[in-house]
Amino acid sequence: MREIHVDHIIDALRSLVIKANIELGDDMLNALQDAINREESPTGREVLKNLLDNANIARQDRIPICQDTGLAVVFVEIGQEVHVIGGLIKDAINEGVRQGYKDGYLRMSTCNPFTRKNIGDNTPAVIHFDIVRGDKLKMTFVPKGGGSENMSRATMLTPASGIDGIKKFVIDLVDRAGPNPCPPTIVGVGIGGSIEKAALIAKKAILRPVGSINPDPFLARLEAEWLDDINRLGIGPEGFGGRVTSLAVHINSMPCHIASLPVAVNIQCHASRHMEVEL
Amino acid sequence: MIDRLENGVFRVETPLSTEDVKTLSAGDRVILYGVIYTARDEAHRRLVGLLQDSNDLPFELRGQVIYYVGPTPARPGRPIGSAGPTTSYRMDPYAPELIAHGLKGMIGKGRRSNAVKDAIKRYKAVYFAALGGAGALISKNILSARVIAYPELGPEAIYRMEVEGLGLVVINDIHGGDLYTDGVKEYRK
Repeated sequence: MREIHVDHIIDALRSLVIKANIELGDDMLNALQDAINREESPTGREVLKNLLDNANIARQDRIPICQDTGLAVVFVEIGQEVHVIGGLIKDAINEGVRQGYKDGYLRMSTCNPFTRKNIGDNTPAVIHFDIVRGDKLKMTFVPKGGGSENMSRATMLTPASGIDGIKKFVIDLVDRAGPNPCPPTIVGVGIGGSIEKAALIAKKAILRPVGSINPDPFLARLEAEWLDDINRLGIGPEGFGGRVTSLAVHINSMPCHIASLPVAVNIQCHASRHMEVEL
Repeated sequence: MIDRLENGVFRVETPLSTEDVKTLSAGDRVILYGVIYTARDEAHRRLVGLLQDSNDLPFELRGQVIYYVGPTPARPGRPIGSAGPTTSYRMDPYAPELIAHGLKGMIGKGRRSNAVKDAIKRYKAVYFAALGGAGALISKNILSARVIAYPELGPEAIYRMEVEGLGLVVINDIHGGDLYTDGVKEYRK
């Protein structure tokens, strides 16, 4: 067994929280740059240039890319040879989030759902654990903004709905969301599993690098086709009208019950922030 | 006060008059100067509560512009942190009441309800979009920010902000124009 002390987890996550909110990934910078070349609307091109400026200012001035520094979502992959010592791993993750949000001058955005009173330290984090092979501990931090999360949905279609039914659900959702989730977006789709699993794999889908090809050729074909349809909607950057409404559609799928067809869509805004660390 | 600049962009200075608002149409690019006030969900609920009980608001509403924003905390030596717009529809249940009491401008992002669009037409107001997700860029246009009400709400407190050259786009105007509908039509196929 390899021992990892909770203090190590706290420090690593604290740094990750701050960095992920300030530095937009290279895949997103490249995708926005490419989008400028494809966008037909002059206003849309101007918006895309501003978004790249914004990313550069954030990195240089060490200021968050977006004021919505999100609900703290943490994906943890823990090798089964790892033994966490010094405390509870969940407490360590929440402490890392607490310290990162305070020390990074990030916005505290968690609240009581009934009274709406702010919790004050952006905890609790939404943590998803997965046990994997090996002796490493990997954490992926995703500060997920409310604007794009609010436009996300999960549903249970009938098996008779088929691929066309799934496609209609996804594209209608993006159309109805319009300008609200800060386009150009990344559309994460989860198909199959159960209601909660579909939502989870949809969220995981937004983490795949933008510009990468789905290793499953069937899903890769659907992704290309649906992206093309979405970019005919005319919503454009910030919803002002234009060609580039989404930068990517990412699909994850898994087997489901013979009676069901669960579908979830997780919409990610252009401030697509996520970063990982391996201990 | 409004001036049309050579490049067709409007230079707008707060507070706004009915005459000012009449000049603007959906799709117009605007750069904003002057004092604005911030408010989000809970602050709106409280402001409308005060109006319904005929109490004074924390600031004079007439001619003012409200920015839907919850900024990140300022680092030492800076006026503000990241400060882009939040999605506006959450303020739709409250906005018509504020517009009826003299609010002239709103800054946010995303579509508004029919009730808000009707109030904009009826009472002569305007809805602007700022660039969603560009809070670092926008922070450069904020000269000062001071909490004037509800500090207990943290990022949702009401701030008095002084802005210089804040880039906006007119979404809903007094003529019923809506860029989110009209702009999209042009590129839909």
